[in-house]
Amino acid sequence: MRYLLVEDNERLARAIVTRLTLDGHAIDHAPDLETARDCIAGTSYDLILLDIMLPDGDGRGFLEEQRRKEGTTPVIVLTARSEVSDRVGMLDLGADDYITKPFDFSELEARCRAVLRRQGGAARNEKSYRGVVLDSLAGTLTIGRRRERLRNRELRLCEVFFAAPGRIFSKPHLMDRLFSFSEEVSENAIEVYVGRLRKKLEGSGVRIETVRGLGYRLVGEK
Amino acid sequence: MSTVAASGSIRRRLTLQLAAIAVLLSVAFFLIVRGVAEQAAGQTQDQILAASATSIADALRSEKGQVQLELPYSALSMLGSVSEDRVFYRVAIAGRTLTGYDDLPLPALPEATGEPVFATFDYRGEPVRSVTLSRNVSIGERPVEAVISVAQTRLFLGAIRARTSTIAAAVGLAFFAVAVSLSLWAAHSALRPLERLALSVTRRGPKDLRPLRAETPAELVPLVAALNNFMERLRASLARSEDFIAEAAHRVRTPLATLRTQAEIAYRRVERPENRAALKEMILAIDESSRSAGQLLDHAMVTFRTDHLETEQLDLGELACDTRNRLEPTAELKDIGLELELPDAPALFEGDPILLENALRNIVDNAIKYSPPDSLVRIALHICGGDYVIGVCDEGRGFGTGDLRRMTRRFSRGTNVEDIVGSGLGLTIADEVARAHGGRLELARNKGGKGACVSLVLPRP
Repeated sequence: MRYLLVEDNERLARAIVTRLTLDGHAIDHAPDLETARDCIAGTSYDLILLDIMLPDGDGRGFLEEQRRKEGTTPVIVLTARSEVSDRVGMLDLGADDYITKPFDFSELEARCRAVLRRQGGAARNEKSYRGVVLDSLAGTLTIGRRRERLRNRELRLCEVFFAAPGRIFSKPHLMDRLFSFSEEVSENAIEVYVGRLRKKLEGSGVRIETVRGLGYRLVGEK
Repeated sequence: MSTVAASGSIRRRLTLQLAAIAVLLSVAFFLIVRGVAEQAAGQTQDQILAASATSIADALRSEKGQVQLELPYSALSMLGSVSEDRVFYRVAIAGRTLTGYDDLPLPALPEATGEPVFATFDYRGEPVRSVTLSRNVSIGERPVEAVISVAQTRLFLGAIRARTSTIAAAVGLAFFAVAVSLSLWAAHSALRPLERLALSVTRRGPKDLRPLRAETPAELVPLVAALNNFMERLRASLARSEDFIAEAAHRVRTPLATLRTQAEIAYRRVERPENRAALKEMILAIDESSRSAGQLLDHAMVTFRTDHLETEQLDLGELACDTRNRLEPTAELKDIGLELELPDAPALFEGDPILLENALRNIVDNAIKYSPPDSLVRIALHICGGDYVIGVCDEGRGFGTGDLRRMTRRFSRGTNVEDIVGSGLGLTIADEVARAHGGRLELARNKGGKGACVSLVLPRP
């Protein structure tokens, strides 16, 4: 996905860009509103992450301006202020959601997904491998004429495999993608989700292979 | 609302002072009227006495070397015409009584000037007023001094005094009554601008800190000016504290966000399990501190707002729905379903939407936090008698074995939650919001045995 990050704090912006790139997203950074306007004029984004306090103006004004221009790109506001005082105003001005700093990136991703899903497929995010189509927004796997609904963790696991078919993913890596830091889970927990996914992929010509001692990978049936 | 101890009442003091003045004036009036009436009556008697003595003196004649007197009738009848008072007289020629009462005392006359001398004394057991004058009568070639004294009792004067006293007292009392009621009215009307001012301050909304612009009498201008000045300072101080809370949050949270993001990046890049474990601990610590900072600030805002409740009509169903939508992505991460059950009709309630949303979000957030993956959190809005009950039930670990009432206390957490990040303020905030709206927070163990139920109970309008 392509993000635009409007954030004036250089350090935080650099960190967010690096972090989102790790998950395979493309991300442009605008340190102020003027740069942000230029970016929007030149490229189309799937989502805008907007800070509120910016050197050349209030992010809320920018939000209003975007909505007046009928820009449909969803906006998630990054707020560092007290949630109690700020949130209502922002949602009234047309933000699609907000997230309070500091945030968990899996939560940010979940919110982006929810916002895009609500927007109704303007930006379809589909990946396919050997005729099996993964729709991240709808949370479905299409196997020929069959459609399987995926639960959130199954979906996220699927996304990891579909992003790089054939590549081996270690158990710790998969766990990072699936569980939050506050969850105490053993490595065996990953087997449960791999097992569920295998069941849903049955008869599709695609399967998840266990590579002993290394991890799992997505492969096609011979 | 604090009460102010009243130290006396201006109305009462003003009324009492005006009434005291009225009493003094009434008494003075009474005394003056009685004095003037008495004096007038006394003067009248004196004049008649003098006229009577003069006419007796005029009737003295000298005949054959003797002083002769034919008492003129009119001399005594003029005295009788005024009242029933008894009259005494004495005419003495060269110290020898010619006629009249021998024992009627004659005051010493200065010189034979013909000027009458008045005196008051007791005679025959009664107070009398007497006039004495002398006249030289010539007997042959020799002038002889004739002294004429006429005295009259003072019953008439007493009667006049009694009558004028009664009238003066009646008029004085009437004056007093009128003056007291006038002073009551005066006190009331003098204080009316003050009451109007008090009313216009009380009628204001809790957030209305605009200066007072009502018409103000000159005497109240300093008070109103001081009040306006005070409100201005209060407004500035409130704005400052709001700004401070926002600024503090900004300052604390932005670096924490950088720290957390970098820690996550590092976590993804390092391979060695011990390094990963250390980074994970670090991220958890960051989460804990940011959550505490956030909730402390939220708590400060909630406390601030509960003191200045800004209510509006809202639909609790809509509120529950918004909260559910807001937290759905968070729940989804753990494959937790958020189930919402609402009544058909809107649940209208008069309350502060920001506070109520915050309370409900804290409750649902808690439920998600303590729920295992692949479970269900139920949010249900019911009408229970006179109350709205928004119940949030989870299938988590429940509240443990501790005292449920302790849970809403600040920084107090359950006995079984050491492994989960939390500040112990979530339910405190919810509880304070409920109380500020005349409701309460109820905690219960889920009936099915597992999990917890937290209910926000709000009175129906």
